[in-house]
Amino acid sequence: MATDLVKNEGKHIHKPTAVKKETNWTKRILITVMFLYLSIFLLVPLVYIFVKAFEQGSGVYFAAITNSDALDAIKLTLLVTLITVPLNTVFGIAAAWLITRFQFKGKQLLLSLIELPFAVSPVIAGLVLVLFFGPRGVMGPLFSEFGIKILFSTPGIVIATMFVTLPFVARELIPVMQAQGKAEEEAAISLGASGWQMFVRVTLPNIKWGLLYGMILCNARAIGEFGAVSVISGRIRGMTNTMPLHVEILYNEYQFSAAFAVASLMSLLAILTLTIKAWIEWRAEKQLTA
Amino acid sequence: MTIEISNVTKHYGSFEALKDISLNIPKGELVALLGPSGSGKTTLLRMIAGLESIEEGTISFDGSDLTDKHVNQRDVGFVFQHYALFKHMTVFDNIAFGLNVRKKRLRPSKKEIEVKVYELLELVKLSGFANRYPAQLSGGQRQRVALARALAVEPQMLLLDEPFGALDAKVRKELRSWLRKLHNEINVTSVFVTHDQEEALDVADRIVIMNNGKIEQIGTPSEVYDNPASPFVYDFLGNVNLFHGRLHKGKLNLGYAQLDAPDYLDAMDKNAVGYVRPHHLNIEREKKSVDAIATKVYFIHSIGPKWHIELKREDSDTYVEVELNKAEHAQLDLTVGEVVYVRPKEMKVFIPEDFVI
Repeated sequence: MATDLVKNEGKHIHKPTAVKKETNWTKRILITVMFLYLSIFLLVPLVYIFVKAFEQGSGVYFAAITNSDALDAIKLTLLVTLITVPLNTVFGIAAAWLITRFQFKGKQLLLSLIELPFAVSPVIAGLVLVLFFGPRGVMGPLFSEFGIKILFSTPGIVIATMFVTLPFVARELIPVMQAQGKAEEEAAISLGASGWQMFVRVTLPNIKWGLLYGMILCNARAIGEFGAVSVISGRIRGMTNTMPLHVEILYNEYQFSAAFAVASLMSLLAILTLTIKAWIEWRAEKQLTA
Repeated sequence: MTIEISNVTKHYGSFEALKDISLNIPKGELVALLGPSGSGKTTLLRMIAGLESIEEGTISFDGSDLTDKHVNQRDVGFVFQHYALFKHMTVFDNIAFGLNVRKKRLRPSKKEIEVKVYELLELVKLSGFANRYPAQLSGGQRQRVALARALAVEPQMLLLDEPFGALDAKVRKELRSWLRKLHNEINVTSVFVTHDQEEALDVADRIVIMNNGKIEQIGTPSEVYDNPASPFVYDFLGNVNLFHGRLHKGKLNLGYAQLDAPDYLDAMDKNAVGYVRPHHLNIEREKKSVDAIATKVYFIHSIGPKWHIELKREDSDTYVEVELNKAEHAQLDLTVGEVVYVRPKEMKVFIPEDFVI
């Protein structure tokens, strides 16, 4: 009996440490692999952008980003973003509301349609829009009759960007609102709140972090979109050039430092976006545990 | 303020949730809608509140038709099963919500709202909790906040959906008697949904028993318990033993035993079932009369002060459950395997054809 006990105890002490060591090693190896991988594919290129951008000195750098074509591209990108993000936010809220609060036929189809832009290549999306709004397209002649130019102009770029960034807000909100349920909203209504009061006082506070997160992702994509915009914009310098298109043009003209300078500006915007995103996640988590 | 429900029907797809329901709820009463899940009780409650649309029929309140009135115009206080408190608001803001969303000319002043909220907090015994968030409260406290929030708008009627469903047994009992007292104090017409017969019998002035989208019986707790209108009600309101037999001229013939059924003196040779509650059965060692049924003691166990005896009938494969109190059990001193006779003190006979549709 006594020997048995000792034996068992021995085993008992030995076993967990062996398991612990194993997981520790697995963890260490995985961490190393992850860091190497991310460094090679993300960190080094990112640093390289800034190194290349400043290669010919800060004078060339600032000249590149204050050049009138560059400024026009920056302005256009910001304008497009300022139009698309609010529109897709409204659309995303409406779509999430419809899907999570109502029962109707074709709900699954609607969900698939919302995610369609994720599945379709942006270049194809751009092409479809060109055919649709082109002079021989379905809508092109109609708009040109009213003197509205869509192709090779800002409205076209906005439409293309909206198409590509359409799913972001809705996709973030649907699971959040599903988890929330409608009981709180029903409670608000039964207490005499109007639909709008319910939305502002109850729904919005409950979904605000998910909504902000979706808007941030939407914003990042709107700034960076290349494919669809490239097809529909016609890339007219100083007119329909967005930042990503401008980078490509500079690069093709062998103005490497200038190309990297504008690219570095976009990278900074991306880093800023990521920081805000991380902050939102941190806040949301803090609120959940509070 | 009477709630009148007449001929209300509701479908979910092809499922008939409510079938032609008519019901009057008198002013000031506390009424329980009791039934198993899927019986339509919650649907009916939500329809009274206006959270569910009415397909056919009308619901009126004190003579004025509510059928097409929007929820936020109905003047109801609704307490949700899982409280549905606003997570991002303090207890104070939760309770004040209904007053704060009022149109400016109907809205009480800030001071008045404050007075009202503290009054309600006092009423639900949560005076020190005004600045807490719902996440910082226990289940029972949340339920009381939900109730205070519903009462803040001074509703014409109070509707509660399984108000104690998510609470543990002890808290549930406490809140239940507290709700009863509260109702006596404020006297607002109240309807609550429950699947717990004990809760309904304990709290309600009247019980509406529902099954399969229909009302089985309406009555005071003692009426429905002592005089169940249907086998379903009998079964649902507590444990019951069934004795299948042939009913003929006031006698239920089980084969070896014959039970009295004085309500059916002119019945002629029909299949029938006798319903007997476990505490309405006597256990005797000898067969003294024709209504004693031979059984063998199968299992004996105690639940608190009560003893439950399970017996297997000698004439069939069915089991009979008898409930004895401590003294009865001590006096009988039963042993497992022993043959004894059970004799119903009270029985209700139903003829199945009457209830098969």
